Amino acid sequence: MTMNGKPMVEVDHLGKYFGAEKAVNDVSLTVGEGEFVTLLGPSGCGKTTTLRCIVGLERPNAGAIRIGGDTVASAEDNVYLNPEDRNIGMVFQSYAVWPHMTVFDNCAYGLRVRRASAAEIQAKTMKALKLVGLDHVADRFATKLSGGQRQRVALARAIVYEPRVVLFDEPLSNLDAKLRELMRTELVRMQKEVGITSVYVTHDQAEALSMSDRIIVMNKGVIQQVGDPETIYSQPANSFVANFIGTVNLLEGTQKGRSGEYRNIEVPSGAGKAPLQIQAIGGEGARDGDRLFVSLRPEDIVLHLSQPTGTSHGNLMEGQVIDTVYLGSFLECRVRVGGHEIGIQIDHFEQLEEGQTVYLTFQPDHGLCLTD
Amino acid sequence: MATHDDSNYLEVKNLVKWFGNDRAVDDISFTIPRGAFLTLLGPSGCGKTTTLMSIAGLHSIDGGSIRVGDVIYTSPEEGLFLAPEKRDIGMVFQSYAIWPHMTVTQNVAYPLEIRKLPKDEIDDRVAATLKLVGLTDMADKMATQLSGGQQQRASLARAIVSKPLLLLFDEPLSNLDLKLREAMRVELKRIQHEVGITSVYVTHDQSEALVMSDEIIVMSKGTIEQRGGPRDIYARPVNRYVSNFIGVANLLDGRVAKAANGGLGMVEVSHNGARIDVTCQISDGLEEGSETVLSVRPENVHAIRENEGGNCLEGEVIEAVFLGSYVDCRVKWGEFEWKVIAHPRDRLRKGEKVFLKLDPDHSLAVRP
Repeated sequence: MTMNGKPMVEVDHLGKYFGAEKAVNDVSLTVGEGEFVTLLGPSGCGKTTTLRCIVGLERPNAGAIRIGGDTVASAEDNVYLNPEDRNIGMVFQSYAVWPHMTVFDNCAYGLRVRRASAAEIQAKTMKALKLVGLDHVADRFATKLSGGQRQRVALARAIVYEPRVVLFDEPLSNLDAKLRELMRTELVRMQKEVGITSVYVTHDQAEALSMSDRIIVMNKGVIQQVGDPETIYSQPANSFVANFIGTVNLLEGTQKGRSGEYRNIEVPSGAGKAPLQIQAIGGEGARDGDRLFVSLRPEDIVLHLSQPTGTSHGNLMEGQVIDTVYLGSFLECRVRVGGHEIGIQIDHFEQLEEGQTVYLTFQPDHGLCLTD
Repeated sequence: MATHDDSNYLEVKNLVKWFGNDRAVDDISFTIPRGAFLTLLGPSGCGKTTTLMSIAGLHSIDGGSIRVGDVIYTSPEEGLFLAPEKRDIGMVFQSYAIWPHMTVTQNVAYPLEIRKLPKDEIDDRVAATLKLVGLTDMADKMATQLSGGQQQRASLARAIVSKPLLLLFDEPLSNLDLKLREAMRVELKRIQHEVGITSVYVTHDQSEALVMSDEIIVMSKGTIEQRGGPRDIYARPVNRYVSNFIGVANLLDGRVAKAANGGLGMVEVSHNGARIDVTCQISDGLEEGSETVLSVRPENVHAIRENEGGNCLEGEVIEAVFLGSYVDCRVKWGEFEWKVIAHPRDRLRKGEKVFLKLDPDHSLAVRP
């Protein structure tokens, strides 16, 4: 998926090295005006270093960064603007608002430090507070605010300079689960209302899926995939992305011919057991004899207590229940199929006994072949 | 004296505990079969921890009695109070409470050394217990060198090594981060099952309770709201409080228009002008005309594009949050916001009009 609107942040072949380690290795990305883009990956994947290069807290070893068309860093041309000259707002993990100050003073602080005029401070602060819906509590002390309102103050503080882009560095990771869920919806709502271009860094896949226009998945300093949340989830580009986003079963096998649009994959089951024969989609470019991973989501597998008949069920596997975990709205179940452990998610509640024989089916369209 | 079989191994009878003018535990009774895992679940202040501490003997009680097997722990009426250290109980707390100046082995061996067991037996039991909790490789490490999850395994090992009459858990996982917590609850349940020690577990975390327990007691304000297996509690809550506390539910005030008579009944629901008659399950004890609360879990509300008549209402999608395997939706109906779990393939979009079909078998009229 390509970005919408004119480019506001352009990162062009960015490299940042710490000694021999390439923390960011030839990363290129573009964020459109008003877009919400998330850099997602495990710790050490390069997402935070990329963010720090954009904001100007790290000096790139290679490549260039442009904000609103202006070059703010370029290794080749030896350009490097200080953070305060880049016109970027930041919201950090510890979005500490000062308890001894009013909402207005919290928000105005940065302008005062910059010695803006009283009239300018008044106008810009009230405008920012209005944008985040806090103008009516401007005189209230920050301690009187709810968690959600404090998040709004943090955002107001970031946008009060009228920056061209706001960068978020895991702003929700200190919150408890309930508040975090509430805040991610709230934050996106505010971002859309304000219309500010946003780059968001997180290791939390639920945050990335629920908030982003587009997600950039990173690992080991390299971009793995760029796409909208639904594409990233349903069509992961490789086994890293499949594994990192949501829960997935990955079965490693070999292509043995094709049946129409599907590939026939033979998955070894361990010594003395017949291999699984699976039909699945994807795997572009793979040839017979190539090694492939079949990626299969737990919620796409159907469980049967007796062997289903007919061909409408698609792929069929027989296995034994390892264990189940009851979670109220659904049941997680692990099933041993040959030498594999398959995780499934079911929303109807048969009593399942450990060791019980069950049958798993899934449609070939729900099994996705990945080449690496 | 009555005889006690394995079905009422632990008996808490008419337990009352006052703190000043506050009745922290207000006349509760329950029993647990030998080997079972019972969870006391509720928000802070519901009396769950006070009940646990009463069993442990960490404070006296003001009324009732507590017995395990043939041992009476406490019975103020009979002037009985067994000191905590004589109750033969293993405890696991939120804070790991393991000694930092000792190795893992020394920590786990401690309860056996107090009992002056022979050294060979101590060595054998410590080794077996460390293996059970997966800490064999850490046996000689100092306790401070362990991660949070490992420290909690060590304190579990110490609690079970002497094979006590009872295991008590006081929110043992709440200091761990989410991923670890999820892994540990399955692990803890497995270990308890293997050692077979009767356990009482206190938590405010409903998913922990659902995953781990043989039975759950839901508490509020010092009393028991409901007791049952995880599936009963989730699928058949008896009142608004339980329905709201366990899982997520859409809750609407209504009136029973038709009693169940063995099958489904009907409830009239109206909410700020919007109204609907819902065919649903009716909880025991609710009669025609009773005030009720309709409780429907988000996964039992199906968003569809065509009006299917009965149990169908029309609303507008005001939020659709994609979360991979499902879409978390809010659908506005009058002033009420329905929480709906939709499938990503339904492609619900914000602003869209949809019909919500309430599954009659999984819609439940409960006590207010």
